[in-house]
Amino acid sequence: MTTEVGSEPEVKKEPEKSSEEAQAEQQQQLAEQPAEPSESEPSAAAEPQPTPTDSTKPDNTDQQENAEAEPSSPPPSSGQKKEKGISRFLPPWLKRQKSHSQVEPKESSSPTDTPNQTLTEKQEEEEKEEEEAEAAEEQVGKAPEEAEKRQEEAGPKEEGEAVSPVVEQPAETKEVKAEVKEEVKAEEVQAENNSVGSVETQPAKEEKEGTSAEKKGEKGGEEVQESSVLSPLKLGKKMKIVVCHVTLLDGTQFPCEVEKRAKGQYLFFKVCEHLNLLEKDYFGLSFKDNADQRCWLDPTKEIKRQIRNSQWQFAFNVKFYPPDPSQLTEDITRYLLCLQLRQDVSSGRLPCSFVTHALLGSYTLQAELGDYDPEEQRLDSIADFQFAPSQTKELEEKVVELHKSHRGMTPAQADVQFLENAKKLSMYGVDLHHAKDSEGVDIMLGVCANGLLIYKDRLRINRFAWPKILKISYKRSNFYIKIRPGEAEQFESTVGFKLPNHRAAKRVWKVCVEHHTFFRLTNPEQPTKSKFLTLGSKFRYSGRTQAQTRQASTLIDRPAPYFERTSSKRISRSLDGAPVISVSDHGHMLDSARTPGSGENGHDPALELSSDSKSPQVEEEAEPGKGAVAGAVPAELPFETGTDGADSSETKSKLRVQGENIYVRHSNLMLEDLDKTQEDVLKHQASISELKRSFMEAAPEPRPSQWEKRLTGSPATGLRLQAQGSLEEELTSLFLSKARFTGLAASYSTAAAPAESAVTASSEKGNVHLGTVSSAESRNIDQSAEDKLNSEINGQPEVIEVVEETVVIEEVVKAAKPKSSAPEVSVTVASSATEEVPEVKEEEEKSASSDSESEEEAEFHPQSPSDSAHHIQEEPEEEQEQSQKAPPTNAEPQQDAEPETTDKVEAVVNQQKEEDEKTPGEETVVAPEDAPNGHHVQDGEEALTSLGAVAEEEEELEPCVVNGDASHAETERVPQVICCSEPPVVKTEMVTISDTFAAQKTEIATKEVPIVHTETKTITYEAAQLDGTGDGEPGVLMTAQTITSESLCTTTTTHITKTLKGGLSETRIEKRIVITGDSDIDHDQALAQAIKEAKEQHPDMSVTRVVVHKETELAEDDD
Amino acid sequence: MQADFGRFTHAVIRAAPDSLAAQALRSGPAELQVDMEAVRREEEQYVSVLEKTLGLRVVRLEADEELPDCVFVEDPAVVCGNTALITRPGAPSRRKETEALKTALANLDLNIVEMTDESATLDGGDVLFTGREFFVGLSKRTNRRGAEILADTFQDYAVSTVPVLDTLHLKSFCSMAGPGLIAIGSSEAAQKALKTMQQMSDHKYDKLTVPDDLAANCIYMNLPDKGHVLLHCTPEAFPESAKVFEKLKDHMLIPVHNDEKRKVDGCLTCCSVLINKPSKV
Repeated sequence: MTTEVGSEPEVKKEPEKSSEEAQAEQQQQLAEQPAEPSESEPSAAAEPQPTPTDSTKPDNTDQQENAEAEPSSPPPSSGQKKEKGISRFLPPWLKRQKSHSQVEPKESSSPTDTPNQTLTEKQEEEEKEEEEAEAAEEQVGKAPEEAEKRQEEAGPKEEGEAVSPVVEQPAETKEVKAEVKEEVKAEEVQAENNSVGSVETQPAKEEKEGTSAEKKGEKGGEEVQESSVLSPLKLGKKMKIVVCHVTLLDGTQFPCEVEKRAKGQYLFFKVCEHLNLLEKDYFGLSFKDNADQRCWLDPTKEIKRQIRNSQWQFAFNVKFYPPDPSQLTEDITRYLLCLQLRQDVSSGRLPCSFVTHALLGSYTLQAELGDYDPEEQRLDSIADFQFAPSQTKELEEKVVELHKSHRGMTPAQADVQFLENAKKLSMYGVDLHHAKDSEGVDIMLGVCANGLLIYKDRLRINRFAWPKILKISYKRSNFYIKIRPGEAEQFESTVGFKLPNHRAAKRVWKVCVEHHTFFRLTNPEQPTKSKFLTLGSKFRYSGRTQAQTRQASTLIDRPAPYFERTSSKRISRSLDGAPVISVSDHGHMLDSARTPGSGENGHDPALELSSDSKSPQVEEEAEPGKGAVAGAVPAELPFETGTDGADSSETKSKLRVQGENIYVRHSNLMLEDLDKTQEDVLKHQASISELKRSFMEAAPEPRPSQWEKRLTGSPATGLRLQAQGSLEEELTSLFLSKARFTGLAASYSTAAAPAESAVTASSEKGNVHLGTVSSAESRNIDQSAEDKLNSEINGQPEVIEVVEETVVIEEVVKAAKPKSSAPEVSVTVASSATEEVPEVKEEEEKSASSDSESEEEAEFHPQSPSDSAHHIQEEPEEEQEQSQKAPPTNAEPQQDAEPETTDKVEAVVNQQKEEDEKTPGEETVVAPEDAPNGHHVQDGEEALTSLGAVAEEEEELEPCVVNGDASHAETERVPQVICCSEPPVVKTEMVTISDTFAAQKTEIATKEVPIVHTETKTITYEAAQLDGTGDGEPGVLMTAQTITSESLCTTTTTHITKTLKGGLSETRIEKRIVITGDSDIDHDQALAQAIKEAKEQHPDMSVTRVVVHKETELAEDDD
Repeated sequence: MQADFGRFTHAVIRAAPDSLAAQALRSGPAELQVDMEAVRREEEQYVSVLEKTLGLRVVRLEADEELPDCVFVEDPAVVCGNTALITRPGAPSRRKETEALKTALANLDLNIVEMTDESATLDGGDVLFTGREFFVGLSKRTNRRGAEILADTFQDYAVSTVPVLDTLHLKSFCSMAGPGLIAIGSSEAAQKALKTMQQMSDHKYDKLTVPDDLAANCIYMNLPDKGHVLLHCTPEAFPESAKVFEKLKDHMLIPVHNDEKRKVDGCLTCCSVLINKPSKV
């Protein structure tokens, strides 16, 4: 359990090779490993990398090591080696093998590994320090369990992965599998550790555990070897039963036996079942942590891990206070809400005036006691009720007086009245957290349905509605919100608050994420959105949104269940006094008698199904994975696709860890920016420029060739995929160019005569993007506009072919240029590349080493380092989502897309050879992901998550805001998003942060030079593409011209191509507008202006696509 | 709470002392002569509207020559529901105005809460009650501590603070003109304050923008047999702003003269404390 050095796990792994014997060892190892991960976990992003780096190094640079290691484990190593070379082409599972082999090498060649490890360790330590040991703590405690779970998970994952690629696993002997599993487990453990909150995965595990016997059986069938290994462990685990004590809202205790490693969800469902509660999404289980702080039990995590050393004592509470309780479907739900509010009122948590105390108290009496009865109700008996924190005789008298006026009111009616009055209270549903503002003044943060409220003493001194908040993040004990600029403001600002400690900061952050998701998101596609929401960290709200729970509630058709009111328990006779009540209650009782069991069961599934019921999905996921392994894949695959969301979420969670880190840093950076003076900013920029220069000098040229290759290679295979890939590329290009500055890059393409198929359009776009990307790269490399033009031209022809009479106006706004336009950009890229290289390797290793999950992680890592990677992943997600629907076939197209991504990565990373190798690895990784569907999604999600919750919010918010910026006028025309199946407007935020430690890793990156953190957002709006045209018809390029104009802060590149296709002439205009500037420029305005101008210039054309790429330079990383 | 907004049964007013003309605090030019006779005439009309036109019970307090500003009874007391907060006016010379008011309000069976904190100051003119929440202007006369005490007094409601820099009081440029309707002046400061209020609030407010800041101070009531009632500036004083008010079709519009007291920063709302004292249920 104790935190062990990363090296230890590896060493242990070697012994593991003796498969079955290793099992016991594995367990130990697992426990140990978890510990390690825990350490690394704190720096989620960084952590994953460390291990991966080890593995990656073997792949790329450390192949030698692998060779050395191979002797120890010859078969695997050979496979691994091959994979390395072939890895690109091989499916994900191959990667796994690689990972195995890699791991083995490491183990075998511990000495060689050690250096890497040391590096990684250092990094980890740094990260840990940065991130604080939070994650570590959790993970540490959880580590053993997680390891086990991970093992289990690993099995499924492997299976899932195996499904598509199946071949290799079978080929390998059981031993190999065992090893793989072990490794996988270890990796998973690490990954989980990294991802601290890998919620989804955990739930899946729980279910698995819960149904472990069955599942085990399944697994056994699926994975004979694994089952043998895992089953014993599972069995042992299963046997442990713990009694949880749950304090219900009426004050009673509900003892509930749960399996020791059960997830919060299980207990929560048990409690809800006990309460006969269907509308349970408003509620949650809380517990007191060691610091006596109330924490919410994460349903997707193991209970044991969350409570740590605390008692298995929980409280059932309202988590989300419905703003309008009258919209609740069932009286029992309202009743429970009333009980909660009575607690809140009497405890003072919900302050209210004397009059309100009296009024609420009177409704309480009416509900509990029925009509006022002068004989039975005396003040002394009423004193049993706690109406207010400090209850006076006067109050009681007033309560009784008001109670008299409620005669004839049923308990349910009284509850309604109670709620109607309580909901108006200003502090209703406000979750308060102590904090300090930037000046150290004590304030309170109030999280509520509408947003974040800031209180100083009793006064509301500020309020940030959810639409106003772009990003929520925390770092250490700081909590940050990024505010959307107001009408008169040009730049977003970040507000920081100091929480008492890191855990408090995290708690606030989580509560914010949950409330935002629950109340703000109404889209039924919540799962994906939730993914977005979670951006910052592994954590996300996994339940239903209010909208969803309302929708689900409409399906409740059971007769109103009977429930006993507290008073009925205390004072049974008083109820008799109220005939009406008794009647209704009796009716309820009868109904309930019939329905409770069956009725509930029936309803529950429906409800769950309607929304994203985690449990079912989880189970499915778990099973599918197993099934895949066993070969049952086909049937299960659909499930997986269905459950992909969950899987993805799991993977996401892991990924998120990294993302969180990034997130946090961003926030910090942002804060720093705010706080910092102009001088500081200038310094930053200077340092950046230095980096750029050095980079440029070092290795400027390689990229273009790569890009070209990619461009040529990419041509027109997978429509969507390519398109996405292209998009990604664009993003990357933008990234590259922009790396430093805050700028808006928007490229939008308008389709004037869009009669043709969306597919074509997309493909066109993709091509265009590719072109742009190439151009961007060229810029970076050559720094010359001409190059860009050329590249664009090159790219465009393809586009042209695809598109018919489409005018594509791509506006790329780059903020970076102010300093040193092209060179700088390139420099930044270089720096990132250098950093990335090691990371990439690591990632590759991870992916190769273990399961799909590991792969995902790996991708994540790379992505996190390089913005481009993130972008790529994000798009894949969307694709994946689509693909999920149409299961496994997508793999190929995705692969196509992947290459592009890899290309990008490569481009980012200058080290061609290594990169190439890596890229293949990445590709393979991607491919596996694609196959599982879920994985890709996860990655994307992760990326998104990593990017920051902002993206989520932005999505929501942006429709308005963004529209305002770039596409207001155009929104009309841009009804559908081509690439994204889901929302018309797909926004993706890419955040790129160059990690100091990454820099450290690669000596290339200057350690001394302060690293500039860059935040990049990419928003893509695409008009719906018309059906019809396929890619097939290549148009004839009539003309192509590129015009570049520059003004103070904007550089506009216009590329016009005319194509003759099927008798139709298409004119496609691609405009790239780069807006560069510090904070003086209103990018949004500039962008809007540019778009407006473009429209005016081409009134007969329509905007088909707008890509806004925004890069913000963040403050230096103090760490 | 919402339904009762604007419902009043009683009004407390106080006669203007002769010392008003010479000694009343004023932020405007001191050269402007206050015609006490005109003040009396305006007072008469004011009371007449409340008492005869609207049927409120008007409690008249005697003027105190020692308290030249005592006519502005809004500042020493904030009444919401059944609770009256006796404030601690920001101007030391006005502190004693609370005494008579406290007695009068206590006589109306209101729960009296006194602001005893020596560090707190609050003028009722800085308190805007919208029916859903309070906005308290932090001005020369009102500080944060005063606002806190107000928040403690009226715990059912959110109390948000609004910086008031350019004018005497928050309600020097705004007031409620209806349920969810804020009358607001056109000045930059007024608009900025409105934005602040809108940002701070969970509720949506409509705004009634009038060209003149001072004209934005009006008195809204919702009376059982009168419906929406609005006492606002006269066309003579603010012709453009009066036109805006005249567009309120659903309101019973009553222009009220206030030219003299305006010279000493007196607004329409300043001259009365409105109370809703429903007869026993």
